[in-house]
Amino acid sequence: MRVVIAEDLVLLRDGMVRMLSAYQFDVIAAVESGDGLAETLAALRPDVAVLDVRLPPTFTDEGLRAAIAARRAVPALPVLILSQYVEPVYAKELLSDGAGAVGYLLKDRVGEVGDFVKAVRQVAEGGTVMDPDVVAQLLGGGRRRSQLATLTPREREVLAVMAEGRSNAAIADRLVITEKAVSKHINNILTKLDLPPSDDDHRRVLAVLAYLGT
Amino acid sequence: MVKGIRERAWREFRQVLVSAGIGLAGFLLLFATVASLMFSLVWIGLPVFVEVVGLTRRLAGVQRRRATPAVPAPYAPLPDGLLRKVRTILTEPATWRDLAWLVVQLPVALIGMMVFGLWPAAVQGVLMPLVRWVLPPSVDDLSYQGIQVDDQRTAWLVIPLGILIGLAAYGVPRWYLAGEAWLARWLLAPTAATRLAARVERLAETRAAVVDASAAELRRIERDLHDGAQARLVALTMNLGMAEDLFETDPDTARAMLADARAGAREAMGELRDLVRGIHPPMLADRGLPGAMQALAMASSIPIDLDVRLERRLPAPVESAAYFVLSEVVANAIKHSRAERIALSITDSGSTVVLRVRDDGRGGADPSRGTGLRGIERRLAAFDGTVRVSSPVGGPTLIEMELPCAS
Repeated sequence: MRVVIAEDLVLLRDGMVRMLSAYQFDVIAAVESGDGLAETLAALRPDVAVLDVRLPPTFTDEGLRAAIAARRAVPALPVLILSQYVEPVYAKELLSDGAGAVGYLLKDRVGEVGDFVKAVRQVAEGGTVMDPDVVAQLLGGGRRRSQLATLTPREREVLAVMAEGRSNAAIADRLVITEKAVSKHINNILTKLDLPPSDDDHRRVLAVLAYLGT
Repeated sequence: MVKGIRERAWREFRQVLVSAGIGLAGFLLLFATVASLMFSLVWIGLPVFVEVVGLTRRLAGVQRRRATPAVPAPYAPLPDGLLRKVRTILTEPATWRDLAWLVVQLPVALIGMMVFGLWPAAVQGVLMPLVRWVLPPSVDDLSYQGIQVDDQRTAWLVIPLGILIGLAAYGVPRWYLAGEAWLARWLLAPTAATRLAARVERLAETRAAVVDASAAELRRIERDLHDGAQARLVALTMNLGMAEDLFETDPDTARAMLADARAGAREAMGELRDLVRGIHPPMLADRGLPGAMQALAMASSIPIDLDVRLERRLPAPVESAAYFVLSEVVANAIKHSRAERIALSITDSGSTVVLRVRDDGRGGADPSRGTGLRGIERRLAAFDGTVRVSSPVGGPTLIEMELPCAS
């Protein structure tokens, strides 16, 4: 699987190259700046790009802007964005083209090597991966609080894991319940929140995140 | 057009009346000032003097507010204690300038009364033929502006004079009022020295507040680091050290300790992240005020309508202050107002940035009670910014803040 990495800190960049190589990824480019990043991505068309949000030259959000620009040129180009902080606003912008194959994770998660590699694969395969922190911010503050209050505590837990982009099997695994129970909970949630029923993990995540973000 | 002329004449007529009134009152106060000063030689006049000065200041205040633009008051606040009051009053240049203003009030009042008398004179002139006709010829001392009006022919001839006086009655008040306003600006406005002194005092106050606030902020950050991330890192190295020792003899315990260490590291990262977010929100750093407001709106439990018209990136300290006061105001609205919607707008005139937050809640926000609003005032004062609150009971609440910020 061909990967492009953009990260300005040498330590992290080398670490990620080594780690992904160890897991049979083929790192075809590792860049340190946001300059021309979008063009590089569009030209190389990797199977997945792992980008830091904050890159030179301005150290603001060039990673995100490069990702959005590259996906305009190559629709649904899989992109995983890493950041020291997660911002729901950025998550919304990443998801707004509705094409999927995006991930948005805290940099801390790189430390959980197994989960991180799984997330990279999931994005490469067209899935959506959201950091639990984004989901927590959306569940905690947003104005949907009154509707969310109609959910049972268990349903809220399922909703949170679902919004991270996990499959039914993964949700069942995480919450230690059966897959059948998970799909029952999900049906209840979608009905209570007036969202379209869907078995497709990815469509479902988009619907839930869009719901939480508005 | 006729209506416009009539309205203006009437307005100016009333103004002249007020000016003449103030002039007269000023003359009386001048008299009272001199008298109380004379009695002060035998002490009993002192409290009266303070009272009279108070009245003078109030009268001068009325005149200051009449001027357009209004003239600011130049007085330093009076201390407690009679003698200290008298001392402050006597050493203040504004006192003597007020006195000079009182002295010129007698001529001002006299001229005002003359101007005031122009209208009756004009009417009298125009009505002269009628008057002459009504009076019997035996009345032979009828005169108008020094002209003997003995017969009907002369009576008709003074009409143009009456009209001329009417024109003067219409035109002169403007000049009179302009002159009077000029006097007020000249004598009642703070002198450059007073203005500078007041400005220095205000700057010293705001600087002290800023220094206090930043010292408190630093202490908070230091405490958070000390109790949080630093303590976690200490525990982490301890765990790692023990794991190293047990590596050969007890690999299972060593593994458990490594897992603990990783959990600790994760928590330390989380705490550092929260701390940094509090110091300088990443969205503000990345996208400036518009982006930060978008994030604020998204996290709000009450829908926020954003209207951000800001094309430039503000200087970092101003941007940061604007962000914090806006989030504070929005947080207050969410907590206390019970509003259904909040409207937040940012407009940029080039020299000032105006921040408005309006909610349709229950109102009754009192700037003198809420510590939140005081904090906002302090934060803005460091930039010569101001805050205005309009919050009648029953709502709506409008909070308008201005931040001077030249581009």
